[in-house]
Amino acid sequence: MKKVFGRPESMSDKANMYCPGCGHGLAHRLTAEAIDALGLKDRCMGVASVGCSVFADDYFDFDFIQAAHGRAPAVATGMKRSKPGTIVFTHQGDGDLASIGAAEMIHSANRGEKITVIFVNNAIYGMTGGQMAPTTLCGMRTSTCQLGRDPEVAGHPIRVCELLKDLEGVAYLERVAVNTPAHMNKAKKALRKAFEVQDKGLGFSLVEIISQCPTGWGQLPKDSVGWIEENMIPYFPLGVYKDVTA
Amino acid sequence: MPEERVLMKGNEAIGEAAIRAGCCFYAGYPITPQNELTEYMSYHMPEAGRAFVQSESEVAAINMVYGAAATGVRAMTSSSGPGISLKQEGISYMCGAELPCFFANIVRGGPGLGNIAPAQSDYFQATRGGGHGDYRTIVLAPSTVQELFDLTILGFELADKYLNPAMILGDGILGQMREPLVLRDPIDYDPSFKNDWALGNSAGRSKHVITSVRLAPGTLEKHNMKLFKKYKEIEEKEQRYELTDVDDADVVIIAYGTSARVAKSAAAMARESGDIRLGVIRLITLWPFPKDIVREYAEKGKKLLVVEMSLGQMREDVLLATCGATDVSLLAHTGGGLPTEEEVLDTARKVMKSDGPVEVYPEGAE
Repeated sequence: MKKVFGRPESMSDKANMYCPGCGHGLAHRLTAEAIDALGLKDRCMGVASVGCSVFADDYFDFDFIQAAHGRAPAVATGMKRSKPGTIVFTHQGDGDLASIGAAEMIHSANRGEKITVIFVNNAIYGMTGGQMAPTTLCGMRTSTCQLGRDPEVAGHPIRVCELLKDLEGVAYLERVAVNTPAHMNKAKKALRKAFEVQDKGLGFSLVEIISQCPTGWGQLPKDSVGWIEENMIPYFPLGVYKDVTA
Repeated sequence: MPEERVLMKGNEAIGEAAIRAGCCFYAGYPITPQNELTEYMSYHMPEAGRAFVQSESEVAAINMVYGAAATGVRAMTSSSGPGISLKQEGISYMCGAELPCFFANIVRGGPGLGNIAPAQSDYFQATRGGGHGDYRTIVLAPSTVQELFDLTILGFELADKYLNPAMILGDGILGQMREPLVLRDPIDYDPSFKNDWALGNSAGRSKHVITSVRLAPGTLEKHNMKLFKKYKEIEEKEQRYELTDVDDADVVIIAYGTSARVAKSAAAMARESGDIRLGVIRLITLWPFPKDIVREYAEKGKKLLVVEMSLGQMREDVLLATCGATDVSLLAHTGGGLPTEEEVLDTARKVMKSDGPVEVYPEGAE
């Protein structure tokens, strides 16, 4: 019998601890599929960050390290500079990357570190219980902006791809989503491209994945995918923001 | 490389020792008075085919070291007090994940931005951990440029032996001064023991994971007890010190680093003047604190005088080690102030005549 679907080799057989409907697990699977497709598993190292994906090391079947909050790109820098032949990626949420780790994000990108950042943007701090993230939309309610994010008080949500695209060290930037099968196909291609760019030594690559957090948003999973379409994507347009190979 | 006698700045001696010790990764951020070390590494690490990164912050530097050390290479960073405060995050993670690294704190006056004068006021930060959680850092205290070189190599070796960060607690004088020293190569270093856990090429083996998060009930307590056992072993085996004329001394001075140099000069002056005999216990490890030798001389009834460039921080460890067995006096300077030989001598004479402990501070303290 022909096997048409199975667990990617790069994924472990551990059940993940994400909430029902969460996009992190989808992002992991697409990452693993891209790594498998390129045959990079044996020389791949992952960096888990702080947030819902803190146990990402459990879900992949290759070497992993868990980093302090926001510091994953710095940790990845130390790994890649010490082992130049490897493939190093970080998996970070919006609070980790765009708030506490903003300096590490900008400077690893600017140095053109040959690493890949997989950035899951779900507009909220999930693990700590639904606080306002740097990417929380204006008017969106969270446990630390209960009347909705007020830009007069909290500023506007940060668009990471737009922020990084003018840095010379950046080789590849794309924003994708995991709310529909069509978007997931594009996400997988983007991840594959990012790893290829890293393997060729062209510079820093980042794939921003707009992802649903039904628990943090107080929505049913089936509603959260539509909410992305109606609210997230208009503010965070999908697409390629930089591609030095194009 | 052959043995070589050279004249070198203290900060540069640390860099040269690190390169000879096989350090493959350095990350640092500019801060006075340790800049010569970062500058030295920026040139000589690439020359030796090793990695150098000028990081965006001290926080990033130590986290780069965390990543580098995880791949099994010898890695280091350096800074001065304010920067070491920022590095405490990564140091705590490295202790929790049991990763070796070496770092140097070329101490300046604090608290806050303080000044750039030599100080020893980061003693608590170094010996108490400085970051969060139940952990220890091995702390070495050089007093010459030769020792900056030698203890850097030892620092890498101890870090590897115990899978724990090890540091040098220097100061602005030690980092900035030039002295002759002999450069030597360390004993051959075989990193293959790291293959059991280092990250990298996972072909043909099961995956390696490095982490400091242990959420399941009881797992962190169990892990910390494993660390505790290791720390006990370090306390038992690695206490280091140097004794000068202690056996016939009327007063035994306890000091480290620059203040120990002043103490030793004062002790030599005292032997010439002949009215008081001074001995010196110069501490080479600050953690583990050489409590056994301090206790031994306390129990012999020797009067002890702590000389430090901080307001009694190290004296607390002497008090803990002596448990009231003898009087522990203090000559303290702070904020970049240095003790003079005359001050040490005058204080020692007061200690000799006094029935209880004597405390001498810079003018204006009383």
